[in-house]
Amino acid sequence: MTANEQPVIRARSLTKKFGEFEAVRGIDVDVRPGESFGFLGPNGAGKSSTMRMIAGVSPITSGTLEIFGLDPATHGSEIRNRLGVVPQADNLDGELTLLDNLIVYGRYFDIPRAECVSRAKELLDFVQLSDRSSGRVDSLSGGMKRRLTIARGLMNRPEMFLLDEPTTGLDPQARHILWDRLYRLKQQGVTLVLTTHYMDEAEQLCDRLVVMDAGRIVAEGSPRDLITRYSTREVLELRFGAGRNAEYEGRLAGIGDRLEVLADRVLVYADDGEAALREVNVRGLTPESSLVRRSSLEDVFLRLTGRSLEE
Amino acid sequence: MSTPASVRVLEMQMLLLKRIWKTNLTLSFLQPLLFFLGMGLGVGSLVDGRSSSAAALGDVSYAMFLGPGLLATTAMLTAAGESLWPVLGGFKWDGSFEAMAATRLTASQVVRGQFLWLAVRMGIAVGGVAVVLAVHPDTRSWGILPAVPAALLCGLVFTAWITAWAASREYDTSFSNVQRLVITPLFLFGGAFYPVDSLPELLRPIAWVTPLWHGVELCRGFTLHSLGAIEMLGHVGVLVAWLIPGWILCDRFFARRLYR
Repeated sequence: MTANEQPVIRARSLTKKFGEFEAVRGIDVDVRPGESFGFLGPNGAGKSSTMRMIAGVSPITSGTLEIFGLDPATHGSEIRNRLGVVPQADNLDGELTLLDNLIVYGRYFDIPRAECVSRAKELLDFVQLSDRSSGRVDSLSGGMKRRLTIARGLMNRPEMFLLDEPTTGLDPQARHILWDRLYRLKQQGVTLVLTTHYMDEAEQLCDRLVVMDAGRIVAEGSPRDLITRYSTREVLELRFGAGRNAEYEGRLAGIGDRLEVLADRVLVYADDGEAALREVNVRGLTPESSLVRRSSLEDVFLRLTGRSLEE
Repeated sequence: MSTPASVRVLEMQMLLLKRIWKTNLTLSFLQPLLFFLGMGLGVGSLVDGRSSSAAALGDVSYAMFLGPGLLATTAMLTAAGESLWPVLGGFKWDGSFEAMAATRLTASQVVRGQFLWLAVRMGIAVGGVAVVLAVHPDTRSWGILPAVPAALLCGLVFTAWITAWAASREYDTSFSNVQRLVITPLFLFGGAFYPVDSLPELLRPIAWVTPLWHGVELCRGFTLHSLGAIEMLGHVGVLVAWLIPGWILCDRFFARRLYR
């Protein structure tokens, strides 16, 4: 980071408490302009609380937080004016048309009406909803609503775009359409900050991410970095049948770098998965199924917390 | 070239209103018209022409007595209807307030927008009553014109307090009781249908402190030219004194709920 490249997000010992409950426990974060940054973690890790503080809609409990170099406690409105937000739950106006939803939202930013109309049309085009512009939001599918929410969040041409679990609850096809749109934004140089509990999403979209667990950051780096640091190149997945996987732990010892026994499968971490599988066969073990795959952030999370992400 | 924030919030509500304006306008006329006909002419035929009632009503027909009061009660009923479930819904169900809070709008701008919307909404309903009063020869008066904003001021008091209540609730369980235990008694005992002086002595002071009575008196005073300037200022003063704390509470509850 050069001296004149001020971070868009700078958090130090950032904490958020709700009564006695500490949702965010002293995290440090720096996000540079133009970067795609992710908060990865399971439900309850503190991702959304962090996002709400960054979005200038939730006062911090302690520590420091600067957005665009400004303090959200005193410059909330100014910060929000430069942000785009896609909240976790859609809060579109179901009774209004798609076009009106965007125009009304643009007007909240005091953008002149004519300009709102032209931006709204342009953005409906961008999220591939032009043909439904005069339809009511109530008639849209979940994936379309998310795309419309993305278009809405871009009405004020934000310098930074915050997305809280943008694809949760969407089917695979809808997710891919959404990723494609977000990828285009990233290419246009928009700073993306997103939370997700999908590893593939983080790997697709994030230049850099932090893994959060129970309000703390447990690791930080690029997806590739984290995989290299906390996992092996490949993973061999073995299934010996429900409830029987643990019995095989001893007989698999020494194969690969490390073993992880889960309820439904055993994970063997090895740089060469096929070689590990051969060794399993040499020992006379016959799993019901086996699969060699590349390591993912899921493995990183498992390694760091001892728990699966989507449990 | 910038537009006040409250007006920009209002624009959203106006778009929604555009979808339902036909039923909305018709109902605005219909309800007070029914009250006016049912009570004003029906009860009026029993009351009018008796010397005791003429003295109690201040030498006007019952329709003349009742009509202006309906301006204030209509404002109150509209405020109650639009500030309970719709306000809680803006936080809980449709998330419209949360959507606003994510933009450059501040909590107090959202509150002002909501008040402005209610003023428009009450204005439509009160305007309907005003037209009915202007059409009927007994109640026709230039005083209806200043009585309309007086009714809106009274309605804003209810808007502020009811909105504050709704914004501070997690659930809507108390809302029917607000209607039953606050709005309906005020409607019946607030001096719109008979002079508060005809209530038992113990109940009169209660009517005097409620905002509805001041609103009714103000509307009646304008329409019938029956109040002096000092009395009018007094009524306005009491309404403003009710409005300010309600407004402050709204600002506080909206900020607490939207930015937590």
